[in-house]
Amino acid sequence: MSTARQMDQIKGGVHTDVRHDSAVNHVTGRSVFIDDMPNVPGTLHGALVKSPHAHAVIKSIDLNAARELTGVHAVLVADDIPGRNDVAPIFEDEPILAKGLVEYIGHPIAAIAADSMDIARAAASMVVVEYEELEPVLTIDEALERESYTSPPQIMRRGDSARGISDAPHQISGEVRCGGQDHFYLESHIALAVPQEDRDMLVYSSTQHPTEVQHGVATVLGLPVNAVTTEIRRMGGGFGGKESQSTIIAALAALMADKTRQPVKLRLARDDDMVITGKRHDFLFRYEVGFDDTGRIEGIDILMASRAGNVADLSSSVLVRALCHGDNAYYLPNAHIHGYPCKTNTVSNTGFRGFGGPQGMVAIETVIDHIAQDLGTDSDDVRRANYYDTGDRDTTHYGQKVTDNIITEIVDSLSREIDYPARKAAVAAFNQENTILKKGIALMPVKFGISFNLPTLNQAGALVHVYTDGSVHLNHGGTEMGQGLYIKVAQVVASTFQIDIDNVKISSTNTAKVPNTSATAASSGSDLNGMAAHDAATQIRDRMAGVAAEHFEVDESEIEFRNNRIYARNDSLSFAELAQLTWEHRVSLSATGFYSTPDISWDDETMTGRPFYYFSYGACVSEVVIDTLTGENRVLRSDILQDCGRSLNPAIDLGQIEGAFVQGMGWLTMEELWWDEKGALRTHGPSTYKIPGSRDVPPEFNVHILEDAPNREPTIFRSKAIGEPPLMLALSVWLALRDAVASVGGHGHLPNLDAPATAEAVLMAVADIQERAGDGT
Amino acid sequence: MPVRFQLNGILIEESEVPPSMTVLDYLRESEGLKGTKEGCAEGDCGACTIAVQLPQGNVEAVNSCLMLVPQLDGLSVTTVEGLSQPDSPLHPVQRAFVDNHAAQCGFCTPGFVMALFAFEQSGEAATAETVHEAIAGNLCRCTGYRPIVDAAMSVDCVPEKHVPPALEHSSHYTDGDEDFFAPTTLTELVKLRLEHPNAYVYAGGTDLGMRASKDRESYGRVISTSHVSELKRVEQSDGSVTLGAAVTYTDALPVLDEIAPSFAELVRRIGSRQIRNLGTIGGNVCNASPIGDTPPCLIALNAVMIVHGPKGQREIPAEEFFIDYRKTALNPDEILEALRIPLPQPDMLFRAYKISKRFDQDISAVVGAFALEVEDGMVKSARVAFGGMAATPARANACENALIGKPWVFETAIAAGTAISGDFTPLTDFRASEDYRMRVASNLLRRLYHDSDENDFVTEVMSL
Repeated sequence: MSTARQMDQIKGGVHTDVRHDSAVNHVTGRSVFIDDMPNVPGTLHGALVKSPHAHAVIKSIDLNAARELTGVHAVLVADDIPGRNDVAPIFEDEPILAKGLVEYIGHPIAAIAADSMDIARAAASMVVVEYEELEPVLTIDEALERESYTSPPQIMRRGDSARGISDAPHQISGEVRCGGQDHFYLESHIALAVPQEDRDMLVYSSTQHPTEVQHGVATVLGLPVNAVTTEIRRMGGGFGGKESQSTIIAALAALMADKTRQPVKLRLARDDDMVITGKRHDFLFRYEVGFDDTGRIEGIDILMASRAGNVADLSSSVLVRALCHGDNAYYLPNAHIHGYPCKTNTVSNTGFRGFGGPQGMVAIETVIDHIAQDLGTDSDDVRRANYYDTGDRDTTHYGQKVTDNIITEIVDSLSREIDYPARKAAVAAFNQENTILKKGIALMPVKFGISFNLPTLNQAGALVHVYTDGSVHLNHGGTEMGQGLYIKVAQVVASTFQIDIDNVKISSTNTAKVPNTSATAASSGSDLNGMAAHDAATQIRDRMAGVAAEHFEVDESEIEFRNNRIYARNDSLSFAELAQLTWEHRVSLSATGFYSTPDISWDDETMTGRPFYYFSYGACVSEVVIDTLTGENRVLRSDILQDCGRSLNPAIDLGQIEGAFVQGMGWLTMEELWWDEKGALRTHGPSTYKIPGSRDVPPEFNVHILEDAPNREPTIFRSKAIGEPPLMLALSVWLALRDAVASVGGHGHLPNLDAPATAEAVLMAVADIQERAGDGT
Repeated sequence: MPVRFQLNGILIEESEVPPSMTVLDYLRESEGLKGTKEGCAEGDCGACTIAVQLPQGNVEAVNSCLMLVPQLDGLSVTTVEGLSQPDSPLHPVQRAFVDNHAAQCGFCTPGFVMALFAFEQSGEAATAETVHEAIAGNLCRCTGYRPIVDAAMSVDCVPEKHVPPALEHSSHYTDGDEDFFAPTTLTELVKLRLEHPNAYVYAGGTDLGMRASKDRESYGRVISTSHVSELKRVEQSDGSVTLGAAVTYTDALPVLDEIAPSFAELVRRIGSRQIRNLGTIGGNVCNASPIGDTPPCLIALNAVMIVHGPKGQREIPAEEFFIDYRKTALNPDEILEALRIPLPQPDMLFRAYKISKRFDQDISAVVGAFALEVEDGMVKSARVAFGGMAATPARANACENALIGKPWVFETAIAAGTAISGDFTPLTDFRASEDYRMRVASNLLRRLYHDSDENDFVTEVMSL
């Protein structure tokens, strides 16, 4: 790139490595999270009374002792709620405080506001509740047996799967499970509710969905939506855990603030956060498949049963995405994929990065491995035989044509880059020579659908002001949880105005500025909000161009915005000068922008349509080693090639890819949610629930963004979503662990290894395969 | 007496807050320093990491959530706010974080910055190994760590040499009906113990501290062992090493590296640097948890506990010290003064193995410690002890009997592994099932055998 060209470029435009807008504030501890906001005098602190039983009727509650404790301002139960006790995001009847019935251990029963958190917690321990215990349903298997669901089963069907299976040359069937996952955002749930005039409520909420918080608070307080404002500058991580669950915390804080007329902060301690709020759904899969001699699938039936928990929350949507990703990158000609959101007496599970997609892929990748095992062939050949293709093999089982397929290009490019065949041979050679340690290697291709499955949600708004000094104020409906959305959208605005990014002021997400927003979820943040901000900025820019044309007495088409100036033939003005001039001309320098994703559709009845605007692709090869004496295991190397379209910010996208991969790796290996026989979660803090640490990251970790790959759809500057897709690349680790276990039995048996593949699970799978292989040593 | 410490260069004389107040709460609520975060309140996430400089000059990272305010007595504290002023350049560690895109949501970031600040102050060379060890006590859920490790490796600066001020020691801090005693001599310590039989004897507080941070308890009376000079000694003589009960893991490591490298490797996996800078082997022993990491090693090494009471000193063999679930042989008026570890003979095969879900900063499912003397191919003596297999850390007698007097061959290792089923009936819990614990314990004998054969192959995944 020539120097002249560089000088012509603004600082911080799209497609450049701009650092996170809060980088300096983060490293100096100056970033303000909700718990760091200055305490307004009179601020009270909240604590919750939780159910010790998984399923019980509340016979009586004695609040007197708690109410009499000095420093306690309010002790509230369901009956104290002035509005409706319901914050369900999709269905209804999902109370914030139990109404006569507790349905999981940790179910909030009462909320206490006191002068300090310690007093509030002490008061919580003084609430006496009498229960009549009922029999709990704790597992997916029990709920399936009883046909106990939080919403009706959902079925995707194409062709005749039974016929496809039975007519095929080969048939297999099997079962596999994957565990749930706690989000473990470092900042646990928190809300600060500040009462305003006329019972209005201002709520600072650590939420990915300020609008839903606003609705939830309004519903619970019995107020119109316009009486409630939600604001959030940043979250200390979200990952889906603050999409719907934060509404519960915010509504409880608002309830206490409304009753006491004092600000109330409700911050969940880590253990409470893990016990009270939902997680990634664990799943049970049962499959039956028919295929030909090359491993090509002719018919498939997959049962997907998720543990929804005590209420529906987002479980039906998570399930639909699981069903939609039961194909991953493979064409399924005759398919019957049926899902069951199982109602259990455990905490209500919720969205988590990938939102069912990763779980759906666990099922199909197990099927691929099983086919390869059955045929005695290489699983990568089976993958290749089943990839989507052009012609009659380009339509998903839910009827969407895959028009942007680049999976074979990505897989081939990665394989070439790392010399995959040689790596496989080296692993086999290692396993020949070593009896205690065994290596495994596997490739994971990913095709992930981008857009909320429900078309309505695919909309966004933005608000842009230009001030007369040329500085710009930016606001939009997206929330910042560390993923770099704010900086990406600011880059879009800087590029649209052709001004340096330092002139764009990023501001907190606020429901009074941009209303009726969707959650920052489904990887959609920059696609939707970037477009909405682009729209707002373009409107203002066009108006400014009109003023400039009038000023320079040229046609508007001759006005050019470039490198902080506005050019017309040989004349120019600075952006600030034109802003001032525009004001003087009495032309508005403020605009709201809006975007709705085009060309998408979904029929809930037939479960068909084009739910996804486009697909994101990626591939990863991981190599692992296991210890056959202890099951201890480790990822030695991972190589990733990820499609980001034309990346808005490659540095930020790289961080998303690496972070998602490691998070996915944790889900599939060491992160184990362990419930006891009474339904109590016993891994509820970092001392017992282990997320990856720095040493767990593959020592050789090569991550590349696919080059020259603009989105074929006209997305914001042809970029692609990046939040979720790379998480699923971590399935390569799990598949490689299965490969390593299979090597113990000479690859003659399919390993019985579910996720998470903890050291214990690996050792048990090794023992099982040794037994089946008739090798007892 | 007030406690005196420096906070970001300013001398503080604190006499107002309760002694059970955690340093984290103190910083955030009393001092308004909100850069230090609470992520878990149990010393496992590192978001609350601060750096403290000890009177002797070394700078160490600690978890402020597990520390009580009186424990700051005599220290110089640096929080993230103290690293750079708003109008001055960033500290090199902060700069490296910014340049490497090492912060995403930012909530864990101050803790990482402080852990790496302490690391950089230690003057250690940054390698993948030392950096992983330095940040093993910090969790990040956003980045996947690669940019954080890169940032740590890229910091290039000479540690600043500050001489910590000498501050008058506070031997008794009190607020209302709470007391924090910090005696400096063994005599005072024993006397206080006699006077206050219900007081908590407090070493590093990395376990007890959770009562304040998580359970929000007030302790009433605490007797700190941290300033008792007799309890801080590390002595090597007469074929043994004596470690004072208040010697931190960090301070014990150099001598353990020398006498039993396998034990030292295991100690490096206890908690994190933050934990090891506060926690003590004496505390680990007195805590008497069945899944404590050091007791099986001490039992296998035939260590002796030196305890001190009003009637003077007595000695208890390590294997007799753990009498029941979280119960020791200490009388109510006694304290642990020191541990004496006999020096392993050069031909002794000593190995300690820790099995947990995560390599770093995890609590063990099983710990196996083995001390074998092999002469002319025969096992002359064997001391084998396990943690995580029973209500106390304990010797495996059947396993030992299957070893002693037998040739040290693969078949003997297998037989000794099988014999363990006669020694223990382990529990199933969230860390491991009974079946897994038993299989692993048994298989560790195979690992030991391969480990003892220099010509054999690699047996641990971390060795690759």
